[in-house]
Amino acid sequence: MPTSLVLVQLFNGLQFGVLLFLVAAGLTLVFGVMDFINLAHGVQYMLGAYLAVAFYRLTGSFFAAAALALPASLLFGLALEVVVLRHLYVRDHLSQVLATFGVILFLNEGVKIVWGAAPLNLALPELLSGSVPLMEGLRYPVYRFVIIGVGLSVAGGLYLFVNHTRIGMLVRAGASNTAMISALGVDIKRLFTIVFGFGAMLAGLAGVMVAPILSVEPGMGDQVLILAFVVIVIGGIGSIRGAFVAALLVGVIDTLGRSFMTDALRLVLPASPARMIGPALASMGIYLLMAAVLALRPAGLFPAKGRA
Amino acid sequence: MSDALLSVRGLEAGYGGSQVLFGVDLDVGCGEVVSLLGRNGMGKTTTVLSIMGLLPTRAGEIRFAGRAMTCQAPFRIAQAGIGLVPEGRQVFPTLTVEENLIATASNRGGRAAPWTLERVYGFFPRLAERRRNYGDEISGGEQQMLAIGRALMTNPKLLLLDEATEGLAPLTRQEIWDRLAALKRDGLSILIIDKTIEALLVLADRHVILEKGRSVWSGSSRALADDPVTRDRYLSV
Ligand SMILES: Nc1ncnc2c1ncn2[C@@H]1O[C@H](COP(=O)(O)OP(=O)(O)OP(=O)(O)O)[C@@H](O)[C@H]1O
Ligand SMILES: [Mg+2]
Repeated sequence: MPTSLVLVQLFNGLQFGVLLFLVAAGLTLVFGVMDFINLAHGVQYMLGAYLAVAFYRLTGSFFAAAALALPASLLFGLALEVVVLRHLYVRDHLSQVLATFGVILFLNEGVKIVWGAAPLNLALPELLSGSVPLMEGLRYPVYRFVIIGVGLSVAGGLYLFVNHTRIGMLVRAGASNTAMISALGVDIKRLFTIVFGFGAMLAGLAGVMVAPILSVEPGMGDQVLILAFVVIVIGGIGSIRGAFVAALLVGVIDTLGRSFMTDALRLVLPASPARMIGPALASMGIYLLMAAVLALRPAGLFPAKGRA
Repeated sequence: MSDALLSVRGLEAGYGGSQVLFGVDLDVGCGEVVSLLGRNGMGKTTTVLSIMGLLPTRAGEIRFAGRAMTCQAPFRIAQAGIGLVPEGRQVFPTLTVEENLIATASNRGGRAAPWTLERVYGFFPRLAERRRNYGDEISGGEQQMLAIGRALMTNPKLLLLDEATEGLAPLTRQEIWDRLAALKRDGLSILIIDKTIEALLVLADRHVILEKGRSVWSGSSRALADDPVTRDRYLSV
């Protein structure tokens, strides 16, 4: 297979991984700090995409739509936390799973009522719709580089935030002992709300960024949610660094597997069984990775309980 | 004592179905050091948790700095000016020594000469040497210094110490007693729990003894020192 094709798929994998990271970051913090399993996190991603479409219709500008969709995602996340999710923190994990699954059903249906069941699209602005040359006779879309760039910058910013600010310290301390934090004068509910809103906004950002390249439709958050859970389990629950490494691993392995598994199998198998087994094996790839990581390191690559 | 900084009256508390405290009375005045004594399992830690709001109060009243604290959230009680050094120290293993000190630091009382990082490092030089180590990489004595420093960084009016020197090497214990005496000279009010009565007789002004969840005796160091019967009845193992 030509190296240029591998390069393109590598970039695609990176771009996918970066999006997964944006969704997984909030999920892992909420799970790690609040011990709260939030299945409704994928809904924030879907809503980010819908809000981008809605604001685009209002303003006619992609950039204005993106700029408005982010604070709207934040507000929606905060409202969801205050109205519904806050009451679930003290419940056991099963209740949390059931209740937040209910939130998914409710909001997937709600989106259909507001925007209809048909997939929507968002047009890219002229500025971002070109492509740049990678090497001789190979071009790559500008917009996908933008996604990678934004994702990596957010990851860097988040790393600095968690490691070098007071709120970041409290988030890390909260992963091990929330009672002690409140006994030292910190309003833990407010900290939870801040962390939650922030996580919702990052998932919303991922949704905004995919709106121009995927179809915006009800339930689009569900598949991403599953992958985000795979990411946080591989990375270590509560760890931003773990989520980053795992998201890139999952993104790249999944993308490369889907593109090249069949070809790779052809080297050792006849064409027809390779065509049958290849796609199946490729879609299992990340779960095999998760099983392997869990077998070797049950707490994930970067367990947060002991160290950030 | 209406001018007491902390006053606890008729406190009752427990865990789930089992009641542990059946009436605890105690006062800590401004600048006063009071010890809470009693054998294992008599309810000392339970009293501390109730004062801190970490365990709900079932009956009785807790007042601090003139305000009713019963049924307040722990963070409000801490913000009112109580600095907790809990049993088992509970430093944050996921933070460095320095981060442990900074993360929850505050000066809500608007103290003129507040505790700062530099001041804590001057007070406990060993913490300065370990500033980049994580909370679970330092010795028990260093963890206790860190727990005290962390509480001081909230600039409390009252320091609440549960098991001040438990499980520490003799030299380290001496250092802790020494530092607590310095805090007392500085005018800080302290409610302290420890098993070393001899050291408490020197440090504390007054003592309260708990027996099966009730305060059964209280008095000065002199009174306790001169009363071998009380010591024998409630404190000898
Ligand atoms: N979490 C808990 N759940 C149920 N019972 C508890 C709990 N913690 C303590 N107890 C019980 O409450 C009683 C008082 O315990 P507490 O920890 O307050 O004693 P203490 O005076 O601090 O003892 P020690 O000197 O050993 O620290 C004990 O009988 C203990 O078994
Ligand atoms: Mg105790």
